[in-house]
Amino acid sequence: MSRVLEVENLRVTFPGADGRRVAAVDGVSFGLSRGETLALVGESGCGKSLTALSLLRLVPTPGRIEPESRIRLGDADVLGLEGAALRAIRGRRIGMIFQDPMTSLDPVFRVGDQIAEGILAHFPVSKREARERAITLLRDVGIPDPSARADAFPHQLSGGMRQRVMIAIALAAEPEILVADEPTTALDVTVQAQILEVLDGLRTARGMAVLLITHDLGIVAGRADRVAVMYAGQIVEEAPTAGLFARPSHPYTQGLFESIPRLTGPVERLRPIPGTVPSATAWPSGCRFRPRCPHAFEPCGREPPVHEVAPDQRMRCWLESEKGDLRSEK
Amino acid sequence: MGLTELPGSLIAGLWRQPSARAALVTLGIITAMAIAGPPFLPDPAAQPDVVGQALLPPGAGHPFGTDQLSRDVLARVVGGARISLAVAGLAVLVSVTIGAGVGLVAGYLGGAVDAALMRLVEAALAIPRLFILLLLLAVWDHIPLAALILILGTTGWFGTSRLVRGEVLRLRHEAFVTGAEALGARRARVMFRHLLPNTTGPLLVAATLGVGDVILLEAGLSFLGLGIQPPRPSWGGMIFDAKAVLVTAPWTSIFPGLAILATVLAVNVLGDALSGAVDPRKS
Repeated sequence: MSRVLEVENLRVTFPGADGRRVAAVDGVSFGLSRGETLALVGESGCGKSLTALSLLRLVPTPGRIEPESRIRLGDADVLGLEGAALRAIRGRRIGMIFQDPMTSLDPVFRVGDQIAEGILAHFPVSKREARERAITLLRDVGIPDPSARADAFPHQLSGGMRQRVMIAIALAAEPEILVADEPTTALDVTVQAQILEVLDGLRTARGMAVLLITHDLGIVAGRADRVAVMYAGQIVEEAPTAGLFARPSHPYTQGLFESIPRLTGPVERLRPIPGTVPSATAWPSGCRFRPRCPHAFEPCGREPPVHEVAPDQRMRCWLESEKGDLRSEK
Repeated sequence: MGLTELPGSLIAGLWRQPSARAALVTLGIITAMAIAGPPFLPDPAAQPDVVGQALLPPGAGHPFGTDQLSRDVLARVVGGARISLAVAGLAVLVSVTIGAGVGLVAGYLGGAVDAALMRLVEAALAIPRLFILLLLLAVWDHIPLAALILILGTTGWFGTSRLVRGEVLRLRHEAFVTGAEALGARRARVMFRHLLPNTTGPLLVAATLGVGDVILLEAGLSFLGLGIQPPRPSWGGMIFDAKAVLVTAPWTSIFPGLAILATVLAVNVLGDALSGAVDPRKS
C-alpha cells in the first residue's frame, strides 16, 4: 500500500488567556494509503475538524500549526508550501467536503458555476468544457436532470441535493484524497445513507483515499478500513475497523460504544460517559481522559504511553492488561 | 438574502410598501424630468433681455415664475436636477467603489493591513466631512464639475468601508468562503467573486442613503458658492441667488428648496425600505 498522506506530530495552537499558546490539536499522527478510508472519530471539540483544516492549511487565525508538525502529501511537504504551490494542492490533491451544506455553498452563485470554479482553478479548460464536466459530476453524485440543476441556486435545492453538490465540488479537480468533515451530520437519516452510498461508490471508482471525520460510530462500521479515535486533541486509539468494533481497548472508546443503543443482545441501560470534553485550556496533565475514566488509577497522572494492544491496534493508555479483564470488571 | 432574484423581486418587494412606492414614483418623476425635460423648456441659462420679465410670479408662461435675471425657474429647477442627480450619482459611485475595495481588503486580509486601513478611516471620520470639503474647495476658485464629483466621492467612502469590512468579517469564516479557499481559489477571487456579491445588500442601502447625503452637501456647497459654478443651474446656487428677494419673490427659492426636500426625502425613504428588503430579519 502506498502512503498518499502522512501526518506526524501535528500540533495546532491558539493564543490562550495568559499569553501562552494552547494546543487544540496536540501531537496527532496518522497515515492514509491509496484507496483506503480512515475514520477520525470523536466528540465535538476534540480537534478533528482542525486536523482536517490543517491538511489544507486553512486553520482560522489566530490558530497556528506548530513548526514541529509534519504533513507529507506524496513527496510534497504541505507545511513548507506557500502561494501558488499551496493553491495547487487545495482542491487538486486534497478535496474537502464540509459539514453543513446549508452554509457551505455561496448563496449568490449557481451550483454549476461553483463546481466549475474548482475545475477552472486547476485545469486549463474553457468555460464551456468546465460546465460540461460540472454536469457530468452532478450526474456522478446522483443528481437527476443535472444540466437543469446546474443552473439552480443553492436555496432552490434540498439539503441532500446540496450535500451532493458539495461532493461534486470537492471532486471537481479530481483529488487523490477526499476529506469529508461530518458529511452527513446536517442531514436526516435516510438521506445520510444515500450520501454515504455515493461517497463509497466514488471512492471505489476513483481509487481515492478518504478521511472520514465523524462523531457517529454507526457511520464508521462497514465504511472505514481503519478508525482513529480522538479525545482532547490526541488520538487515543487507532485500529482496523473490525478490530476496534470487536475489541475496543481504550476506556474512552469503550465508553463511546456503551453509549450507543444496540438492537441485538439483552436490553441494558445505556452508559453515557460522565461529564463533557473539557476545553483545550483545561486539559488535565497526564492522561486527558482521566477525570472521566472509570479505570483511572495512580499512573494516569503521567503522560500515558502509546502501545500496541493487538496487531495493528494501538492505544494511548496506562492499562496494559488484555481487554478480557476490563470487560469482566463492569 | 434573496439577492439572487435581483433586481426584479427586490423592486416588487419595495413596491408593496406604500412609502417606498411613493419614493420610487417621486424619484422616477424627478429623474424623468431631469433626463427628458430640458428640450421642452427654455434655456435655463438664457437671460431674455426684457426688463419686464424679471421676477414674474408663477403664471401661464412660467409655471414656477422667473428670477432676477428673467430666467425661467422651472427650467432652472429641472436643469439643477440634472446636475444634482448626476453629481450625486457619480460621486456615490466613486465612494462606494473605494469603500467596498478598502472594506474588502481590510476585512479579508486582516492583521496589520486591516489595522492600518481602519485607523486611517477612523481618523478621517473624526473630521467632519463638510470641513474637509470646505478646506479642499477654498483653495480652488472656480472648481470644474469633474473635480467636484471626485472630491465629493473621495470624502464619502469612510463609512461604507467600515460597513463592508463588518460584512466581510461576518462572512469570511462562513463555510462557503473556506470552501472556495479549499478549492485553491486566489485571494482576489475569493474577495471579488465570493465576498463582494454577498455584501451587495448593505452596499445598495449605503449607496442610496449616500445619494441623499451628497445632494444635500452639494446644495450646501453651491449655496456657499463653493460647489457648482454659475451660470450652470444648481438647487443650492438658486437659493443663494434668491437670498436678496427671499421675501418679495419667494418662488425663486421655494421651488428649488422643494426639489431638494422631495429628492432627499424620497432617497432616504427608499434607502430605509431597501435595508428592510435586503435583510430578511426585518421583513
